[in-house]
Amino acid sequence: MKKIISFTINGAKQELYLDTRKTLLKMLREDLELMGVHLGCGGGDCGACTVLLNGEPVTSCLVLAVDCEGAEITTVEGVQQNGELHPLQQSMIEKGGIQCGFCTPGMVMNSLALLRENPQPTETEVRQALSGNLCRCTGYAKIVEAVLDVGNAMTNSKEAG
Amino acid sequence: MKKFSVVGKRIPKTDAPDKVTGRATYGQDFKLPGMLHGAIRYSDHAHARILSIDTSKAEALEGVKCVVTAADVPETRFGFYKDNMPLKKDVVRSHRDEIAGVVASNEMIARQAVKLIEIVYEIMPAVFTVADAMAENAPLIHPKNESNHLITNTYSHGDLEQGEAESDVVVEVSCKLPYVNHASMETCVIVAQFDHHENLTLWSTTQIPFLLQKDLGQALGMSPKDIRIIQPTIGGAFGRELDIYPYHPIAAVMAKKAQTAVRLCFSREEEFRAGPQRQPVEVSIRAGAKNNGDLTFRDVSMTLDVGAYVSWGSTTPMVMMETTASFYRVPHVRFKADCVYTNNLITGAMRGYGNPQSSFFVESAMDMLAEKLGMDPIQFRIHNSNQPNTTTEQGLKITSCGLEDCLKALAQRAEKKLEQPEKTHLKRGRGVGGTLNVGGGARIYRSDGCGATVKVDDFGHVSLITGSTEIGQGSETVLAQMVAEILGVEVGDVRVINSDTDVKMWDVGVHASRTTFIAGNAACLAAKEALSQIFETASEMLGPPPDLLKAENGQIIAPDGNSVSLSKVVRSRHFRSDGKMVHGQAFYDPPTELVDKESYHGNISPAYGFGMQMADVEVDTETGQVKVLKLVCAKDIGLAINPMAVEGQIEGGAQMGLGYALSEEVVVKEGKVMNPNFVDYRLFTSADMPEIENILIESNDPEGPFGAKGVGEMGSSCVAAAVTNAIYDAVGVRLTQAPMTPERVLAALDALEKATD
Repeated sequence: MKKIISFTINGAKQELYLDTRKTLLKMLREDLELMGVHLGCGGGDCGACTVLLNGEPVTSCLVLAVDCEGAEITTVEGVQQNGELHPLQQSMIEKGGIQCGFCTPGMVMNSLALLRENPQPTETEVRQALSGNLCRCTGYAKIVEAVLDVGNAMTNSKEAG
Repeated sequence: MKKFSVVGKRIPKTDAPDKVTGRATYGQDFKLPGMLHGAIRYSDHAHARILSIDTSKAEALEGVKCVVTAADVPETRFGFYKDNMPLKKDVVRSHRDEIAGVVASNEMIARQAVKLIEIVYEIMPAVFTVADAMAENAPLIHPKNESNHLITNTYSHGDLEQGEAESDVVVEVSCKLPYVNHASMETCVIVAQFDHHENLTLWSTTQIPFLLQKDLGQALGMSPKDIRIIQPTIGGAFGRELDIYPYHPIAAVMAKKAQTAVRLCFSREEEFRAGPQRQPVEVSIRAGAKNNGDLTFRDVSMTLDVGAYVSWGSTTPMVMMETTASFYRVPHVRFKADCVYTNNLITGAMRGYGNPQSSFFVESAMDMLAEKLGMDPIQFRIHNSNQPNTTTEQGLKITSCGLEDCLKALAQRAEKKLEQPEKTHLKRGRGVGGTLNVGGGARIYRSDGCGATVKVDDFGHVSLITGSTEIGQGSETVLAQMVAEILGVEVGDVRVINSDTDVKMWDVGVHASRTTFIAGNAACLAAKEALSQIFETASEMLGPPPDLLKAENGQIIAPDGNSVSLSKVVRSRHFRSDGKMVHGQAFYDPPTELVDKESYHGNISPAYGFGMQMADVEVDTETGQVKVLKLVCAKDIGLAINPMAVEGQIEGGAQMGLGYALSEEVVVKEGKVMNPNFVDYRLFTSADMPEIENILIESNDPEGPFGAKGVGEMGSSCVAAAVTNAIYDAVGVRLTQAPMTPERVLAALDALEKATD
């Protein structure tokens, strides 16, 4: 069966006619060609496909696309603002939080959700929040450092401003 | 020491911005117009005769383009022992045996269709343990062989009897180490396409593009010269694709029959079931020492279940042999490894190769000896440490060697004693473990070389075209740093091109911690050749002879301070009658030798890396849970071209090593993987990881580029050894089977309690 759904993707309105069995992950990759949404396991276990659905992080491989009617979806492609990297993206680059980079988009989306809710998390809070995002390259140390650093920087700049 | 401008700096990975914005194109993202999707039908039994294959229902499914079976493949065999074939015709020998493939308009239909293929089998008796495979009248996995025994590797030096006689203490331990999976975040992907002239292009996550070209030609019965391999961005590999596996030729066969591009992408479950695993081993070690602390002998014997077809797993004894014979100074050594076919999983290469295994049993024995001698385990190792500019009995030429410095750094950290928690069921302990790793490749083929070209264009842009492969480890950045240092430009001015066998010069592949060293040396030679051309022209422009010029900040500078920009020099050389381009080329093959086929003596690597780790653990004696509190990693890496990248390798290795120690095991029951997903196969998460302290020992290798040695594998190799020694320190039980799960720890504690009752 197919169905028309409309939603907002990275700030732009979109309407698609989709197979009702299609996952959000497949819709984003196949219909919208947002290839930053990575398929690591297809079972919600690795976090590589994490996107924000109405501001909440979800593993898009476990969400049906038709359930996203009217939703606001943000993928890693929508994180940059006016061509500028988000401070978290910059921090991930500078701290060495990226190696093969396959887990990176999911890490970024989950960290953004954390920072929005808890702008200055502790190390334990960052480690807990990212525990559903597997990484085989970095040992997580530099990813955690990147998130902590941007948390501090964002708070400091707010205090200064 | 000379100050460098970009070498030694914490330069962010050059590909990181594209990866953090979702722009990088991985194998999974790669598409071609008209591309179809493939899926593979695997065997339903561990050992069976195929009586018939009926593909009609699959072919009739809407969206299916074609079905391939053994009938579509020439009768060729591939692999080290020519024991494998792309699609199986008569007999299946393991659950991962490939029988047929479906090409369809999308992956879902292809996967649905493979289930519709009807196969009638006659089930044959199967063997799942080395003992059963070696039993008299055991069913033969490959009837052309006389038995299931594949090969015995033996090595010795000195006189074992003399070593035993000289020993004041002798210890003995048997260990069992598991199958583990690479668990790269991206699964294997291939896109295959034939052109009108029957030339095959394969977009692949392979780690060995040039060897694959050759092996694939053999498997497909076509000339390797008609095969081109292109590597997209690769989402981790860790040794997974260091060999040809059936899915490579199957993708090509699918593309040929479908007459269009076909994509074959593993699911996570397939990655566990059909990919190669780390080689499991059952091993016994006896070792001795004198009262003064001198090691006297090591006697090691092991059996290895290599599965139904031979891949790299069967060669891990060479690495374990190296640790046994050459890690610390041991005068008398005997080593024996038996590799045996079973109906189990294929075993391949994985980061560290046999090192996590050999580090576990050798370092267990080292701690047991130290305890019997009443010596501090670190001081005991310092007493027996390898030393610079020595040749081991096996023939390893150890030039730079920072092992003693690594140990001393740990000894200094160990001065701060562990505090025991107030809760009496929690016990803390500390242990060390080390590794001797090849630090610049391993000559397992007649060439261990890598080619490089450095060209500079009219605008001062530099391209390094390297044979090496980027799998996420950061080679592109490190190589760009070396070239930038030599040419006096920014790292951002250097683009690394490394993905196309039609463009790049030969390289043996990304393995054996070799890329920084081997591809680095090749890149440096090519850059120096380009620089000499630049200086030749700049000398005409500036006056002083070439050897007085220097290259800095994109300028060529004369001793009097006069300078000319790099791009201007290139244009001056180019735009004149009889003009030339700036174009340096090199092929670096290290000064090493193939080990002797009988004695296994020989210097396999141009440099050796040493690493020691110290683990602080807390054991919950009520639950058996082991928590690693801290891991101190002291690594002799020659020189850190990029300290941030080096730390990343060690920290990532620690995650893999901790999994090996405590949580990861591919559970196999009657040849079938029981836990092919990340819920049942537990990787360490961010919340599980301990604090990691990195200590980089720079021993400045004489042959390494800028003094560097490889570091890619060392981080993962010695974690399990350090953890088992730490558990013993904490609770007095020696765990001999990894992973050291709560069940195994509790069982060992129970056994200890019963023994002391």
